[in-house]
Amino acid sequence: MKVYVPRDAAARGLGSDAVAQAVQREAEKRGLPLELVRNGTRGMVWLEPLVEIETQSGRTAFGPMTPEDVPALFEDITRHPKALGPVEEMPWFARQTRLTFARVGLIDPLSLQDYEAHGGLAGLRRALAMSGQAIVDEVKLSGLRGRGGAGFPTGIKWDTVRLAPAPQKYIVCNADEGDSGTFADRMLMEGDPFTLIEGMAIAGLAVGATRGYVYTRSEYPDAVAQMTEAIRIARAAGVLGPSLLGQGPAFDMEVRTGAGAYVCGEETSLLNSLEGKRGVVRAKPPLPAIEGLFGRPTVVNNVISLASVPWIMANGAQAYKDFGLGRSRGTIPLQIAGNVKQGGLFEAAFGLTLGEIVNDIGGGTRSGRPVKAVQVGGPLGAYFPVGKFDTPFGYEEFDGQGGLIGHAGVVIFDDSVDMLQQARFAMEFCAVESCGKCTPCRIGAVRGVETVDRIAQGDPTAMPLLVDLCETMRDGSLCALGGFTPYPVMSALTHFPDDFATAREAAE
Amino acid sequence: MLDTADFAARLREIIDAHLGLEGPLLPILHAVQHEWGHIPEPAIPQIAAALNLGRAEVHGVVSFYHDFRREPAGKLVLKLCAAEACQAQGGRDLARDVLKGLGLTDFGTTPDGKVTVERTFCLGLCACGPSAMVGDRPVAAAKAEDICREALA
Ligand SMILES: Cc1cc2nc3c(=O)[nH]c(=O)nc-3n(C[C@H](O)[C@H](O)[C@H](O)COP(=O)(O)O)c2cc1C
Ligand code: SF4
Ligand code: FES
Repeated sequence: MKVYVPRDAAARGLGSDAVAQAVQREAEKRGLPLELVRNGTRGMVWLEPLVEIETQSGRTAFGPMTPEDVPALFEDITRHPKALGPVEEMPWFARQTRLTFARVGLIDPLSLQDYEAHGGLAGLRRALAMSGQAIVDEVKLSGLRGRGGAGFPTGIKWDTVRLAPAPQKYIVCNADEGDSGTFADRMLMEGDPFTLIEGMAIAGLAVGATRGYVYTRSEYPDAVAQMTEAIRIARAAGVLGPSLLGQGPAFDMEVRTGAGAYVCGEETSLLNSLEGKRGVVRAKPPLPAIEGLFGRPTVVNNVISLASVPWIMANGAQAYKDFGLGRSRGTIPLQIAGNVKQGGLFEAAFGLTLGEIVNDIGGGTRSGRPVKAVQVGGPLGAYFPVGKFDTPFGYEEFDGQGGLIGHAGVVIFDDSVDMLQQARFAMEFCAVESCGKCTPCRIGAVRGVETVDRIAQGDPTAMPLLVDLCETMRDGSLCALGGFTPYPVMSALTHFPDDFATAREAAE
Repeated sequence: MLDTADFAARLREIIDAHLGLEGPLLPILHAVQHEWGHIPEPAIPQIAAALNLGRAEVHGVVSFYHDFRREPAGKLVLKLCAAEACQAQGGRDLARDVLKGLGLTDFGTTPDGKVTVERTFCLGLCACGPSAMVGDRPVAAAKAEDICREALA
């Protein structure tokens, strides 16, 4: 009997380890041979722990499972109260376009054999027969833009590094994923780590880099362990090492763990941190592509940017580019979070509207109360009111509405949220996480918290002060931490004025 | 205890195990904290000397990162997510109730040194919050009673 029980951190958080133990116990009790696979998550977090059983007619799912539900898995499964049917036939799953996440939840994350059987390494094999320039051209043609937030074209970045002459170049994967409401990087690293390894190897080939680093967060111990083990396995199998797949140039990599600083997700701060320094943001230029890690030309890319490359190389740039909307090409793993009924990871072509994402896919709030606000793009992203639900998910489209898609986290709030508190939190977060390099951010955020508190106490002079402060932070900050904190603050103020007015009137 | 020869020798081992790395300081600090639960003050000059850095520089790095502790933590560390997606799912109430259940008025360590409660910003469990880490174990859809019961056990 072959049983899949996810080891994804969200599934574990919801009790999948106890379910896995119950499966083992029950199989033992019945004297049945058991093949237990600890897979990644299929992304339907509200159904975790989601268990799958291999049957003669394919895999079939059950969830959300508890240890008490396990014995019935060994009886007539068609009558199991938690039966969901095949995952691929569940509407939430079937609606997706799973390219980057095709294998996540499907395969045994640490089996190279399983990986290859599901199309893994095809992209690297193709890349090995191409010149660096040809690989870069392919990535350029795909229209892939950085999934870390800024949306910079990946191929153009790679070309800069490729053309920079240097004795050593680096591929640095930004796996710092600090944005609230995001978990795509984590799910990919836990559920299909070889895809990231393959993407980094292809990047190395393209630009002539032989060393890679995955910089991830200490808050992700499971992802750190899974990546580390996958790299060890890939090295032992000769995928990585002195010669990629035994036929290419050298490429090897390791995982490094951050130490609880949000700002280290900013690429230059990240490089300082990798070098063992304080994670202070560097002024640009020089670009990391020219002078990056230890002063060498360095590609810094988000996990999802790099993990999308194997699919592009295996299936062709045009096939990827055919998905999407406007200048946002390909697919985006939406992370639907917060107060939501059906939350999780939903990979789709760009272009769904925010309303479709929140209501049709997410199913509205878990509390059953009306949606009031949706924060898109993490702590530096704007709060959207329901009135803007027709905004299509794309870089330019969100920018045009005074927002950003960031790393594609969508956080839903019901009508119990107090937007003044959310504005205060945005300032507080900036104050706590500021690297300290520039005054508008370091001091401005502290003043921002005080100013919001004055508004709450009913001080009528505080409102224009807050607006001024936001302008100063936006114009005078070196990086987006200070520069974009005004997005959540000003969007809260603009779209939900009542929450600021009531506070004032109440005090009067 | 920490200024004994044993301490210096163990620290030397930890440092040596990392000297082959590019940029070894953070990996060393993580390993030191793993070994002793915090970054003991006497470790700093020894690390600085081994890496050819100034003490102030190493101090600066230790103090920059939220993870590195200057004092030992409680036996169990609880991290409660205070970021937006968890706020939307009752994260603020969870923090209030956990602190109250452990007899704390703010984040910190219980007087008996058993539990340290910290706030953290996002654990990547944002679709099933509010979220917490109990030691190294993720807890989703966290309930204050369960967390307190486990912490006080
Ligand atoms: C404060 C701050 C935090 C950031 N955090 C992340 C992060 O966690 N992950 C990420 O990929 N990019 C993050 N970025 C963006 C990076 O600076 C950089 O643009 C990105 O790693 C480039 O990769 P991409 O082109 O593949 O998106 C952050 C930027 C700022 C200003
Ligand atoms: S805006 Fe803030 S975080 Fe960014 S460089 Fe300036 S002080 Fe550092
Ligand atoms: S916001 Fe709490 S786990 Fe992400």
